[in-house]
Amino acid sequence: MSVATIFGICAAILVGFGLFGLILQSQPFRKILAFNVLGSGIFLSFGVVARRGAAAGMGGDPIPQALVITGIVVAFSATALAVAILLRLFEETGGTSLQDDAPKGSKSEEADD
Amino acid sequence: MSSELVFCIGLALLILAVAGFTIGVKEDFAAVVGFVVYGLLLSLAWMSLSSPDVALTEAAVGGGVTGALLLGACARLRTREKPAEGHRPGWINRGAALVLCAGISAGLAGVVLLLPDPAPTLAPPAREHLLATGLGNAVTAVLMAYRALDTLLEKVVLLLALVAVWSLAPDRFWGGRPAFGYRPEPGGPLIFLTRVLVPVGVVAGIYLFWVGADAPGGAFAGGAILAAMAILGFISGLSVVPAVNGFRLRFVLVAGVTVFIVAGLAGFAWASGFLAYPVGFAKPIILLIELAMIFSIGATLALLVAGPPGRSLKP
Repeated sequence: MSVATIFGICAAILVGFGLFGLILQSQPFRKILAFNVLGSGIFLSFGVVARRGAAAGMGGDPIPQALVITGIVVAFSATALAVAILLRLFEETGGTSLQDDAPKGSKSEEADD
Repeated sequence: MSSELVFCIGLALLILAVAGFTIGVKEDFAAVVGFVVYGLLLSLAWMSLSSPDVALTEAAVGGGVTGALLLGACARLRTREKPAEGHRPGWINRGAALVLCAGISAGLAGVVLLLPDPAPTLAPPAREHLLATGLGNAVTAVLMAYRALDTLLEKVVLLLALVAVWSLAPDRFWGGRPAFGYRPEPGGPLIFLTRVLVPVGVVAGIYLFWVGADAPGGAFAGGAILAAMAILGFISGLSVVPAVNGFRLRFVLVAGVTVFIVAGLAGFAWASGFLAYPVGFAKPIILLIELAMIFSIGATLALLVAGPPGRSLKP
């Protein structure tokens, strides 16, 4: 049992949690949150790969670390876009439902989440 | 079992508990608060994994700026939206989702346990060429030298996201200011906090960029802290969100990418190709690019949080 293994299993469960919320939450706002949990679980599992690659006097492989930093920032910009689309949908229709009886057009707009 | 392992197991359990709370709790506001706590705990996990650069970015972007964005959205959705009732998924769907997610988690955990040993790593070559870049932090060297193209394209993605967010503005507000910020009581604690914290935060953000060459830090964490300070200024009403068609604002937004591309093209003249740096001058060029980037990143992140224009230019 090592630090990398502990957080690797933690990351695997986080991905499951996030996917569960993404599927079952009915409100799009909560789907965005769940999607972020899912994404951070994937980042963390990549961090485990970085930690296992510790060599040459470094605590971890720097390449996965740099990729995760890039990923965190891109995930933020995608979240900001999703939230902006959601708020605009809310302004236009007065609701954020993804149900079939929602006003026409809402479904295709939310697909970008 | 060493004390480090005990700490990591406790931290992992806490992260899972907070993540479960974030997913499962009924109220949106509680979920967002849970998510911010989750981001900060995750940055501790990154520290345990010996990735301090990622930990700083996760704390600043994943917890901080994303938290501000989600809290703002939550407040705007909560005031008028009635709770969604009546379309809870049935037991069969819930059971199927549970089986699917548990299966994916188990599969991923299996992959983690079966990773090859010894693990493949690029750390030795990264260390070997570190001297040529003049940098002391290998992660910054990857971001700004070895894989500079990725970082350049990521900056472009940030700008594209901002263009996409702005394009959601209703026609009548185009060119105006984002409808972001509150009117707190004059002399209240928020204004006091802003006055005290913002000067410290601006220095801290620039410091993070400066030490990022040799120690944990870097342009992304520093830019995110600058963005947080700008957001604090917007929320407290002490500074005004700039109008989206302002020339100075757009100059700051594109400065990072422009300097990056110009330095990249200059690589054809002074070195072997695009984004190649001349021997011995890599570090000053990298610092120059990062200096332009940190302000662009700060402005872009803050404006992504502020959202599309919602007030016309003439009040």
